Amino acid sequence: MAVQEAGSIGIVEIRYFTFAAPPNELQLECGRTLGPITIAYEMYGEMNADKSNCILVCHALSGDSHAAGRYHLDDPKPGWWDSMIGPGKAFDTDKYCVICSNVIGGCKGSAGPGSIDPATGEVYALNFPMVTISDMVQAQKALVDYLGIRQLLCVVGGSAGGMQVLQWAVSYPDMVRLIIPICSTARLSAQAIGFDAVGRQAIMGDPNWMDGNYYGKSIPSIGLGIARMVGHITYLSEKSMHTKFGRDLQDKPNFDYDFLTEFKVESYLSYRGDEFVKRFDANSYLYITKAMDYFDLAQPTGDLRRSLSVAKSAFLVISVSSDWLFPPYMSKEIVSALRRNNIDVSYAELQSDYGHDAFLLEVDVMTRLITSFLEYGQPAE
Amino acid sequence: MPDKIRPEFRCIVDMVEPGSSVLDMGCGEGHLMRALQVSKRARVQGIELSDTAVQECVANGLFVYHGDLDEGLADFNDQSVDYVILTSTLQVLHRPDFLIMEAARVGKRCIISIPNFGYWRVRFQLMCFGEMPRTKNLPYEWYNSPNIHLTTLRDFRRFCKERGLRILRETDLVLGEDMYKVVPALPNFFADYGIFLLEHE
Repeated sequence: MAVQEAGSIGIVEIRYFTFAAPPNELQLECGRTLGPITIAYEMYGEMNADKSNCILVCHALSGDSHAAGRYHLDDPKPGWWDSMIGPGKAFDTDKYCVICSNVIGGCKGSAGPGSIDPATGEVYALNFPMVTISDMVQAQKALVDYLGIRQLLCVVGGSAGGMQVLQWAVSYPDMVRLIIPICSTARLSAQAIGFDAVGRQAIMGDPNWMDGNYYGKSIPSIGLGIARMVGHITYLSEKSMHTKFGRDLQDKPNFDYDFLTEFKVESYLSYRGDEFVKRFDANSYLYITKAMDYFDLAQPTGDLRRSLSVAKSAFLVISVSSDWLFPPYMSKEIVSALRRNNIDVSYAELQSDYGHDAFLLEVDVMTRLITSFLEYGQPAE
Repeated sequence: MPDKIRPEFRCIVDMVEPGSSVLDMGCGEGHLMRALQVSKRARVQGIELSDTAVQECVANGLFVYHGDLDEGLADFNDQSVDYVILTSTLQVLHRPDFLIMEAARVGKRCIISIPNFGYWRVRFQLMCFGEMPRTKNLPYEWYNSPNIHLTTLRDFRRFCKERGLRILRETDLVLGEDMYKVVPALPNFFADYGIFLLEHE
């Protein structure tokens, strides 16, 4: 066996599962159907005999099924939540079997606008139906059923992943023991919808976008890059940006008085934009941000308490003090609705300057909270 | 953990009926909740402002809400919890009267414990030396004390009477490091700590 980093799950592989072949297509919330559907997923750790130690990790907007480990020895970057998943980590792969799948509508192996429509043999592009958070969860449920898991020990995720987590608690209350939404919300604020709209407009305003039919041609990289830059600002806090960049200039002592990159923060954001364009499909960005915008767990009654009344899991809700995209009051709204339903819930607000991104960065505190919650957390009888 | 809890917590645990639901307001690291869970099979939850204390609670498998006490009670229906507990907390609150009534609204019963400002050592320091009292229970200087609403046992009893709160049980103590002594007579003078079991009339 290859030399393994301490605490790393090591070499992992992506797997695929296909379901909903016609005529058993998946009924989507928008009224349309989708099928066949391929789901890309990864698994870390072993299932126990009765498959009662399985944890489903739901990724956020720009994430994918690659939550931990590396694909090969020279892989420069581990999965996006490698700090939390692995032997001896919060999601301890010596004890638990951790599963992470790419959402439908995504671009990392699961069915999305960039995949081939089997009906036409062409790329879906905008013919891909609009998917919602609850559709994504339906697809995850199909995967969980396929894996033969009757009940998940835990469903966890941050941001848009947290939305899926909440949807799980409501859609399949008997199938989840523990629920951990992190830096998430039961419904997006107008401000967050606004930022999503700016990102989409940047993509759709890029001449290369061509109504989504850019596959095999030049991609709308400028638009997608701008969308990522805007998004990235919302993931940081004012304070963390100030600490990280201040007003420092990029590799020079004085202003050049031009429109090229002057400040460090400009350079950093363009770098983030460029990196993102290399790995993400612009149409998927449109679809997933839309799914986030549509998500409102309080519907159809408008009463979040009533929606959550069906939940049977125990909850650990985590927010971050400096998160202005999904501020703590949104998490408290969830907690309040749960408590009014007499559902067991712990609420912790992390004191951190990292903003929304803290859910990827505040590893120590989150490990402390989650390790024990997984061990002791029990839904009420 | 239950074996090394604060001595006054043992009295509080004794006041709780087995199998009850309990809300501990200002639960700290959850020692009392844990003791209630273990020895009374209580269904416990807490509210706590300190983030490290909240982490400690979760680490011990307890359900806790991270936030202010006042915001913590709005989610609870009337008489929805068997016991609401406030230990050594009243004196640091801005509106203790409001919170006591909220506790009495949410809890079928309340257990409230207070350091007694009528304790003879306290009186003695003020009378004989003319100094702000400092005791084991009230160790602060005048300028750094978080205690803004101190009370005596007598004041507290009068408050309960005025607000329609029946005192079902009162245990008056002198607290030591790991032990307590029950004060049988003249508690407002000889006890430095009082525990009240209350019920709305």
